[in-house]
Amino acid sequence: MKNSALGRRIIACPYYVWAAIFIIVPLIMIVYYSVTNPSGNITLDNFLLLKKYGKAFLLSITYALISTIVTFFIAYPLSYAMTKLKMSSQRLILMMVIFPMWMNFLIRTYSWISILANTGIINSFLVSLGLEPLKLINTPGAIILGMVYDFLPYMVLPIYTAMSKIDRSLLEASDDLGCNGWQKLKKVIFPLTLPGVVSGITMVFVPSVSTFYISQKLGGNKTMLIGDAIEYLFNIGPDHYNVASTLSLVLMVLILISMAIMNRFTDETDEGVII
Amino acid sequence: MKRLLSLILVFGMICSFGALLSGCGYTYADLDLRAEYTKEFAGTTLNVYNWGEYISDGSDDSIDTIKEFEHITGIKVNYSTFDSNETMYSQIKNGGVSYDIIIPSDYMIERLINEDMLLKLDTKKITNLDLVDSKYKGLYFDPKDEYTVAYCVGMVGLIYNTKKVKEAPDSWHVLWDKKYKDDILMFNNPRDAFAIAQFMLDQDLNSTNKSDWDKAASLLKKQKKYLQSYVMDEVYGKMETGEAALAPYYAGDFLTMWENNDDLAFVYPKEGTNIFVDSVCIPKNTQNYEAAIMFINFLLEPDIALANAEYIGYASPNTAVVNNENYYYYGNKILYPEEADMPKTQYFHDIDKDIRNYYENLWIDVKLY
Repeated sequence: MKNSALGRRIIACPYYVWAAIFIIVPLIMIVYYSVTNPSGNITLDNFLLLKKYGKAFLLSITYALISTIVTFFIAYPLSYAMTKLKMSSQRLILMMVIFPMWMNFLIRTYSWISILANTGIINSFLVSLGLEPLKLINTPGAIILGMVYDFLPYMVLPIYTAMSKIDRSLLEASDDLGCNGWQKLKKVIFPLTLPGVVSGITMVFVPSVSTFYISQKLGGNKTMLIGDAIEYLFNIGPDHYNVASTLSLVLMVLILISMAIMNRFTDETDEGVII
Repeated sequence: MKRLLSLILVFGMICSFGALLSGCGYTYADLDLRAEYTKEFAGTTLNVYNWGEYISDGSDDSIDTIKEFEHITGIKVNYSTFDSNETMYSQIKNGGVSYDIIIPSDYMIERLINEDMLLKLDTKKITNLDLVDSKYKGLYFDPKDEYTVAYCVGMVGLIYNTKKVKEAPDSWHVLWDKKYKDDILMFNNPRDAFAIAQFMLDQDLNSTNKSDWDKAASLLKKQKKYLQSYVMDEVYGKMETGEAALAPYYAGDFLTMWENNDDLAFVYPKEGTNIFVDSVCIPKNTQNYEAAIMFINFLLEPDIALANAEYIGYASPNTAVVNNENYYYYGNKILYPEEADMPKTQYFHDIDKDIRNYYENLWIDVKLY
């Protein structure tokens, strides 16, 4: 027994080293930088600057919320419809959802530029039909579209997994007991898929709230989300590392809070299911 | 069947690989050299640190500057590139690597000289120095020509698409014209963007007065609602395809865009514009000073300077290039405006840290506006 416990510890060693070097140390550095000024003195002035970046935080959260909601309303009906199909079709659709993830997301974002641009695919088509071109690129809509497109698979996969695990007999029972379609969804299917929904929401919300590239490319560099602000500050030089770290720290705390809130939902429902 | 197919594919791959290799074969040019180059430093290494795509590299049958130099002198050149003056600076300041040749811009050279990071050039040994146009001698960052030899010169101007902009503009104000809403591009870096606003406000680009920068920032905020986007390198695609109508950018880069779309036109706005000079210098921690001097002399050789000027597409300070009738840009009015058409110009200077942090933060305000 003792030996195998030791063995387990040894096996886990590489991970501990990895975590220490690449997770713990950087975190400590971020905390350190965020409470110091460029000359290394401890100060909380960086946090006073947060007001200036309020708009960036607000925009990031708004865009992330919208794209989370949109991905949810695409992913949920899709997952439901998928479970009604035969297995081979389910696999095919799942494949199509995952497939874009095999391509680098920078390339996927660039493709959207050539689709949405004023001289892009959609507008060239409209013009060739004699219609007025639409203003698609460099709008908030384009940024949200980019986020939805990039993060959709993270919403579909957990919801689909939860959905496909639902015991058919429960649905039949609810039919027998006189549930109409809406009641069945509200009282049976949704509670059973809630853990999947929660992990989907977390997996979409977290990367979209901290995203920076999509907003630059599809928003014409005109909207500065909090991720863009952090990137800019780190890029222009060491004098700005401190404020950038403070922003990163605040963003991390925001994400932790939202994850804690989301996790409460699953815990409660788990208990509910057990009871 | 499958095996046969894979055999054919493998064969095809080997063939194409061979073709690739043969494509790499470089034939040395028949150079007509002014100076004499000895092999006395053969076997030593010369570390050259330059901007990306800033030296003729043998593509499209051009002269490969590095290979030619290695061939003639037997010196091994270790060539690396940077993408901003600031990256170069931090490498020289903190990096463990020592460079023998660097080619930074004016304001960065000012900083390097102030911080005593450059070596004086042994100008007696640079026999081709007489080829450098006197206009590019005694510049503000090196008034006695002790540390630098000019390599490339450029000016910012206004690029516009004649199909979309009917009246030829002559002022930066057109970038604030609501007629062209959503068709205007702007620099996506604070210094260049602020410079345009500063010219419109008739300010000094290197003002140490914070209220000047505040005024420029509020002008940039006013521009934002008319902009299609803030760009750097994306400007090529957007101007060439006609996605946008107006953009400020460098004259040399305009010529590249114009080759792909001849609806484009270029003007130096009347308020004035930013001029830059990138010059060759030798950092203090060089390990191979004599070879570096030889390399500088080599860069000034008429044949080599011509190849580099044609490859880079910016204006050359080398009179042997400018007066060569076979030079691709010979007599080009955009790169080499006549004395009378020469716009008002201002150089960037090395701005003190306090002001720099100030405008870098103002840029965030503009972006968040």
